[in-house]
Amino acid sequence: MIPVECYFALSAILFFIGVYGFTTRRNLIAMLISVELILNAVDINFAAINRLLYPNGNEGMFMTLFVIGVAAAESAVAISIIINVYRKFKSDSVDAIKNMKR
Amino acid sequence: MANIIMFIILAVFIIVSALMCVATTRIVRAATFMLFVLLGVAGIYFLLDYTFLGAAQIAVYAGGVTMVFVFAIQLVSKRALQGLEKRVKAGTMAVGALCALAGLVVVSLILLKAGFLTQEIANVEVPMKEIGTALVGSGKYQYVLPFEFISVFLLACIIGGLVVARKEEEA
Repeated sequence: MIPVECYFALSAILFFIGVYGFTTRRNLIAMLISVELILNAVDINFAAINRLLYPNGNEGMFMTLFVIGVAAAESAVAISIIINVYRKFKSDSVDAIKNMKR
Repeated sequence: MANIIMFIILAVFIIVSALMCVATTRIVRAATFMLFVLLGVAGIYFLLDYTFLGAAQIAVYAGGVTMVFVFAIQLVSKRALQGLEKRVKAGTMAVGALCALAGLVVVSLILLKAGFLTQEIANVEVPMKEIGTALVGSGKYQYVLPFEFISVFLLACIIGGLVVARKEEEA
């Protein structure tokens, strides 16, 4: 029987690894990869809380399912924006984007 | 006992892959290590007996999102994406590490201070019939509205992605 604190510790570590990556990376795609790590850390929390603290319901499981769907759509739209930015500014760095419209 | 050993293996695998993912200097390697993290999280779901959730994680994340990332890396130029490390200053790195460590300490203290009542559970997975009826039912604790909303949302994202990423002829 694994205590629920172990899952929380794992997800907290994964979350803040993602935060570290998001603050240090200057590349748009690498930042998006860090956001995916953060979303996965949150998903672990939902599933573990549902399974170990409230095993009679399924709300956490469905919440995780919907988060997975929304995250897939979010990354697809973000990548299309990144491709558009690259086409306009010829760079994939966040520092290259000086203004939103030109 | 076997559960604990599997959890330790998965946790070490996830954390090492995540660290390599944010520390590597090659963008393709970062995407590959992200794939390893996603597979490890799917393993955590299998460990929690959420088999449907683990299958969805593998199908959507490992199959879909990683492919989208690899395509984007191939579309955006190769030379712009190499050499991630020389753009990062040591000061930025120190600030990021400090923020992450401070947040981790705060969250860990809160989690350790709060007492959680873990319930003893039988090792049974959620039956597939229950998942199906809950997804398309309209009663209490059933999810037909978010299910339909997500389908419309995905359609909007497909159209939005096409509109944003298409080439403009006159520009």
